[in-house]
Amino acid sequence: MPLKLTPSRRDFLRTGAAVGAMGAMAPLASKVAFAQTPLVVGFIYVGPRDDYGYNQAHAEAAALLKELPDITIVEEENVPETVAVQRSMESMINLDGASLMFPTSFGYFDPHMLAMAARYPDVQFRHCGGLWQEGVHPANTGSYFGYIGMGQYLNGVIAGHMSRTKRIGFVAAKPIPQVLLNVNSFALGARSVDPSIQCQVIFTGEWSMAVREAEATNALIDQRADVITMHVDGPKVVVETAAGRGAYVCGYHANQSPLAPELYLTGAEWNWVEVYRTFVAAAQAGEPLPNFVRGGLAEGFVKMSPYGPAVTEAAIANAEAVKAEILAGGYSVIKGPLADNTGVERVPAGTAYVETAIELESMDYLVEGVLGSTS
Amino acid sequence: MESDIGWWGVLIAVIGGAIRVSTPFLFVSLGETITEKAGRINLGLEGTLVFGAMIGYGTAVLLSEAWVANALAADPTVRVDVRMYESAAWIGVLVAGVAGSIFGVVHGILCSFKRVNDIALGIALMLLGTGLAFYFGKPFIQPVAPDLPAIPLGNWSDVPQIQAALRVNVLFLIGIALAFVLWWALRNTRLGLIVRVVGDNADAARALGYNVNLVRTLATGAGGVFAGIGGAYLSLYYPGSWNEGISSGQGLMAVALVIFARWNPIGCFYAALLFGGAGALGPALQSVGVTQGTYLFNAAPYLLTLGIMILTSSRSRALAGAPGELSITR
Repeated sequence: MPLKLTPSRRDFLRTGAAVGAMGAMAPLASKVAFAQTPLVVGFIYVGPRDDYGYNQAHAEAAALLKELPDITIVEEENVPETVAVQRSMESMINLDGASLMFPTSFGYFDPHMLAMAARYPDVQFRHCGGLWQEGVHPANTGSYFGYIGMGQYLNGVIAGHMSRTKRIGFVAAKPIPQVLLNVNSFALGARSVDPSIQCQVIFTGEWSMAVREAEATNALIDQRADVITMHVDGPKVVVETAAGRGAYVCGYHANQSPLAPELYLTGAEWNWVEVYRTFVAAAQAGEPLPNFVRGGLAEGFVKMSPYGPAVTEAAIANAEAVKAEILAGGYSVIKGPLADNTGVERVPAGTAYVETAIELESMDYLVEGVLGSTS
Repeated sequence: MESDIGWWGVLIAVIGGAIRVSTPFLFVSLGETITEKAGRINLGLEGTLVFGAMIGYGTAVLLSEAWVANALAADPTVRVDVRMYESAAWIGVLVAGVAGSIFGVVHGILCSFKRVNDIALGIALMLLGTGLAFYFGKPFIQPVAPDLPAIPLGNWSDVPQIQAALRVNVLFLIGIALAFVLWWALRNTRLGLIVRVVGDNADAARALGYNVNLVRTLATGAGGVFAGIGGAYLSLYYPGSWNEGISSGQGLMAVALVIFARWNPIGCFYAALLFGGAGALGPALQSVGVTQGTYLFNAAPYLLTLGIMILTSSRSRALAGAPGELSITR
């Protein structure tokens, strides 16, 4: 038999079947017999996949993607926002053959994902929350995010009705634009109900730091706050600590009502699966992937937890009315005249930023009525 | 309605924080004191702490869920909740202590072989402990476990902040009692003397007929029990749930704290209070409006460790109270 250097597909299948029959390499054989090479999608999380929060919201969507045909999902969790994420991406691309990457944490974008995108121009990278700009960033990168600030605004409306001390609290991780927009939205929502309400913010400095989150929650409640919300990766500690002290809780990232059934008011939740399905469908069809994807309550990127038993009728009526306006489109939370909490005017009278406004993604101030500072 | 306490809040928060946060520091440092008094350093206590947190929480979750299922099987109308089964949390503490003893004894036995470096082995066990805890801990991140009970010592006050700060966990009180018992026992009992002889001069101990490796292995095992219980406090009381970032280096800081406390169990108690209070300082200062240098105040426990290390290392005077056989002082 002449030696063939390039075996035909049929030869390859026969060999594969023979090996498979030997039973030694059955998984390889089934892979070879697959008609179409599946799309390999890589997900990278900064924390554990089941943290009741940010990472869980992404991982739940990734789990739903696994049910689609011709797709392989590779995941890695607890990847720090350091050069470690570059190694994770390289291993997914080189060893698993990933052609679509979703590094989900904020700090992965610059410089790590951008460096990998330059090295692997054939791989598509889509980042959650990064501010992708055409011309500045490579064409094989992009970003997606949801306007969850509107959800925190609705949290604030409910909190404004439920607070008796007129002081509400926010446990925040880092003073980056998305966190600051959430803090400001929560405060403005409450102050739309009662302008005398003040919102105190404490930054823990880390996305996940259990003991400090618990201490921050206690410190807020010591300073009279009676409704607590948060923007940390895993809200479980904050929810349980606040409920243990008898304070109301507005959730974030996912539905935490099982942790505090009586005191949970409502919450702003992610709903990522539609976003991921859009990207995957485009990749499987061979079409170009969108670079900049954004959506809010109306697009189904964000949803609200069901109202808890403590929420009053008046609060629900108010929140539902605001929600209807948001769903109708064109609603602005950040609108002039608006001063920050040092008295500097940030938005002049007559200017209003709808949720899609790109200016909101570079927010670097806390509005009037927020106690705290960004530095 | 809670009253406005302003700057008093910082003081109350630091005191409350000292009580809430110090217990794991106290247990780990007491355990490490026993180990180091016998002449070995176990850096693996960070791993033991994390593993104890995981297995204590996991045990409490599984037990209380099983009991809830039993209660519902007997009477489907009964209102039960996993949080009602405090005894499951106590069994969790027990299991964490047993798991800790296994880690300690493994360290002790392996160090008994010739030319095994206790510090290197400790680092290996630290990585093993955290790795195993993360691996087996996955299913326990979400479920709710019953908490250990707290004693409300602040009910004399009508200020809710003081009441909250003085909710004291039983383990904290046990830790204080253990600090005094250990201090007394190391000085005044035969067992304490054996441990100290082995730690100060192995040759003398051998001449007296004691099995040096056995004593050190048991001392390291006892240290592991303490660290495991400290971990269970983290996951079962404060902050009160299992997640992978729960320790954030507290086990390592506690080992440093032993040197600060000069191998004195009562010193460990004061040092643990100091570290606990330092951990509460950052959030408490932000809550009264001191927002400059947030990151610096949040780093207070780590800065304190560093400062202590610098202050206690001196070329001119030896480490007072250091066991003579310790590999860092020998």
